[in-house]
Amino acid sequence: MNPKLSRRRFIKGVIYSSAAASAGAGYYLATAQVNSNAVVERLLSLNINGQTRLVDVAPTETLAFTLRNKLGLTGLKVACNRGECGACTVLLDNISNYSCSLLTHTIKQRAITTVEGLRSVDGRLSAVQQAFIEELAPQCGFCTPGQVMAATALLTANSNPSREEARQALAGNLCRCGAYDHYLNGVMRAAELLS
Amino acid sequence: MTFIHIGKDFVPPDVEGKVTGDAKYVEDFKPEGLVYARLLTSPLPSGRVTSIDASEALRMDGVLGVITADDLPPSSAPDDPVLASDDVTYIGQPIVAIAAISDAIAENAIDRIKIEFERRSFVTDPLESLVQFGPNAYPDGNVLRQSNSLEDENATIRGGIAEIKWPATEIEKFRNGQEPIGVDFADGWTYGDLDTAFSESTVIVEESFVTAGTPHHCMEPRSSMAYWQNGKCYFYASTQSQSAVVEPLADLLGIAPENVCMISENTGGGFGSKGRVYPTMAITGKFSQLLNRPVQLRITREEEYYLGVGRPGMQGWVKTGVRADGSVAAVDVIIISDGGPTGRNSASSSAQHLSVVYTPSAMRLRNIPVFTNTAPRGAQRGPGQNEMSAAIAPIMDKAARQLGMDRAQFRRVNAPHSESPVYENQGPITSAFMTEAIDKASEMFNWAEREAAPRQKNGRKVRGLGIGLGYHSAGGNGYDGLVRITPDGRIHLHSGVGNLGTYSYAGTARAAAEVLKCRWESCEIPRGSTDSHLPHASTQGGSNTIFTHTRSNWVAAEDAVVKLKEIAAIEFGGDAEDYSIENERVFKTKDSNQGFSYGEAAAKAIELGGRFSGEEYPDDIHSITQRAVQGIAGSGLVGVAKDNLPKRGIAPGLMISMAEVEIDLDTGKYEVIDYIGIADCGTIIHPQGLAQQINGGAVWGFGMAGSERHVYDPQNALPANIGFYQAKLPTILDVPSNMESGAVDIADPYNPAGGRGVGEPSQGSAVAAVTSAIADALGHSFNRVPVTPDMIVNFANNDEQGSTPLAINTF
Repeated sequence: MNPKLSRRRFIKGVIYSSAAASAGAGYYLATAQVNSNAVVERLLSLNINGQTRLVDVAPTETLAFTLRNKLGLTGLKVACNRGECGACTVLLDNISNYSCSLLTHTIKQRAITTVEGLRSVDGRLSAVQQAFIEELAPQCGFCTPGQVMAATALLTANSNPSREEARQALAGNLCRCGAYDHYLNGVMRAAELLS
Repeated sequence: MTFIHIGKDFVPPDVEGKVTGDAKYVEDFKPEGLVYARLLTSPLPSGRVTSIDASEALRMDGVLGVITADDLPPSSAPDDPVLASDDVTYIGQPIVAIAAISDAIAENAIDRIKIEFERRSFVTDPLESLVQFGPNAYPDGNVLRQSNSLEDENATIRGGIAEIKWPATEIEKFRNGQEPIGVDFADGWTYGDLDTAFSESTVIVEESFVTAGTPHHCMEPRSSMAYWQNGKCYFYASTQSQSAVVEPLADLLGIAPENVCMISENTGGGFGSKGRVYPTMAITGKFSQLLNRPVQLRITREEEYYLGVGRPGMQGWVKTGVRADGSVAAVDVIIISDGGPTGRNSASSSAQHLSVVYTPSAMRLRNIPVFTNTAPRGAQRGPGQNEMSAAIAPIMDKAARQLGMDRAQFRRVNAPHSESPVYENQGPITSAFMTEAIDKASEMFNWAEREAAPRQKNGRKVRGLGIGLGYHSAGGNGYDGLVRITPDGRIHLHSGVGNLGTYSYAGTARAAAEVLKCRWESCEIPRGSTDSHLPHASTQGGSNTIFTHTRSNWVAAEDAVVKLKEIAAIEFGGDAEDYSIENERVFKTKDSNQGFSYGEAAAKAIELGGRFSGEEYPDDIHSITQRAVQGIAGSGLVGVAKDNLPKRGIAPGLMISMAEVEIDLDTGKYEVIDYIGIADCGTIIHPQGLAQQINGGAVWGFGMAGSERHVYDPQNALPANIGFYQAKLPTILDVPSNMESGAVDIADPYNPAGGRGVGEPSQGSAVAAVTSAIADALGHSFNRVPVTPDMIVNFANNDEQGSTPLAINTF
């Protein structure tokens, strides 16, 4: 890999520029004056799957990293780590988001829902999960949690979508197995189950 | 034959975990004390490492150690080494591995390693290496002299480095669709009398073609994790088989196979790229042994495009002769493969595709695998067959049109049947029913009427119809099956088949349930870890699982049934032949009260011991299966057998696809607006799984047809496509919102369950249907994939290909 072009260096550049911007913002500077060992408040309170979780988060940490590595929520997958594929999709206040492309420090009090949070309290699968099983929508399964979350976001906003609307809603989630037709069938069946 | 399980849908046991997030993939396993390895990779496309100084990196807090080629068993070119030293052959090739307590520290430590190289010349285009005085990828030569055949597409290529050069004049002829004369080839084969066959031909079509190399784009990268306990390596990998990788991995680690426990419960895509041990596995295993800690080697998406294998591109020339009745008399084909640094190529299987789906009377293949300083190459879904399918479809269309014959009828005339000879040895196949498949597809697509009608035009948008054929050898034999009935009545169908998401590990296990006449709910499938006592299985690849492992499950279950009856005869008297099975009971046929449940028979098997409970087993089962049986001996009634069922030649997986495309001549964008795929894959084993494979393969076909390709900067040998959005696999918006699939559903006589596989031909037929449809719409064939919008716009503006000649790794 050409070191000049490496993603590592690109990220470092982002980190340095972010640090500079943060310093100018005042808050982090003030924090640093209180504690010379830290330039940012690291202990965050996150609302995840209806529970409040306290977690130590570095300033440059993505939400995907925090969820997978700090909180053990490994349902979401990191397949590209740069906002191309949707395997890391989670819901923020019921809107689908790529968690690999969000800094955890920007989440604040928004409600985070991961695929682990979709079962009902009595353990029943959600309509989308049930429908995806009935339609045998997944193949290898690596993109599936992201597809489930994208479909869940759609049906939360529109419980009776057309097939074309469902297609558009899943357009940000790649599936290399090519199970698109079957995921679409799953979304339409989930809409039936919900009705 | 009426089945109770085969041909019916079911809920595979692993699917719930996939929708809940409970399914675990390699990077989801994080044992206590896990540390992280990262790779220093080559910035040069070709050269030699002269010195490595990692002292500064090793002094960093948190850095635990480094590994170089010196710490690993030696390898020699053109093998793909775990870590390169004497022969650095592509940008992004691993050279040093470094481990640290965090991924970030390991990543940062790479910058502190000082490394010096001796530079060498390099090449990215095989024809530029083939031309006289052109650069070579290795100091010793530019082509692979292959010394072994690749009956198993996942086998390691053997051979040495040689040099072949063509005069510039012949290279130019070859680029422009003419046969090069008086030049050398590395390999090839022939059958029949080519001259006579061409002399019988009414129509002769001679064309050049180019297919690009393509990355696999598995959603899960080839990460791995390992730890050691009591001299045993527990290895977590993303692989297409638990058993097929054990022995090669043990070799890499220098330990006995029984000391490798391979865990691969779920694999996030393989498509041929994970059929064998991938070299970086050795780093994980070695590091964890040296450090005595669990080590994870995460491979990033970007790294996948550098060090992950890809489909070899090919550049070729083909001359086809067709008789007046439409039968293909002769095919003469030359294939120059882009073998990357390993020389791996699919030229022979490309030509075999032609021999199967067009059944020519005579054929000749001449080929050269040329080394380039690009990504390593490996098997990819339908290796050889699918890219040849893409290239040849419009060429065969041209021949049919020159004869004035309907294109579907042309395929029908040449369709393989059960007695068709195939391949260079003109050997037999188990069965084929392609005439029926073509008829079924034609009827469902309304082909004849649509083909005869004028093509629709809508302003600057034109439509075209296409037809494509797909083939892959789809079935092996000689593997083992293992079933176990425990005293609680549970039936354990042990499966060593990998889990790529085709659900065939479960679909094939249902063959055993069929023989045992048991309820599916009574069965469970130990799988995913060699510690679960898994029999020797094929790689889940090559479309072979359905045929291969319905057979192996079948014979193991038959062995269990024999033992059930023998145990009953011991208990209740008489001979085994006097007994029947039904409702999970074995009983005297004439008096069903004299018998007992499977669970009771299992308890009796434990009591009897010996062959009934696995203390003894057949001599001919594989050592992996022997270890599996030893692990479960004494715990129940054990049915175990090697598949020694008869098999005649190749078990073909066959597909036909039909498609309609609409092309915008202003933008060059096209859409597949209608698509149907019909399989000739024997008995349908699992309808939902079959539909998944037909449609999923079609999506792959659309990607190959229109967007996916390697691209290299010839000045620096840098890959330009190193992301999903660049390389580029289809999204849901690139495929029709409705796709139809089906199968002829006629049993293969060489499989008691009747099935053959079809996961790979489904891509080949789809890409061919699209290239055929594009040529139909434009009245022009590009003879290459992918067909990109710029090519279409250039053609629409009478600038056929722009200013540069076609090449495999072109911009």
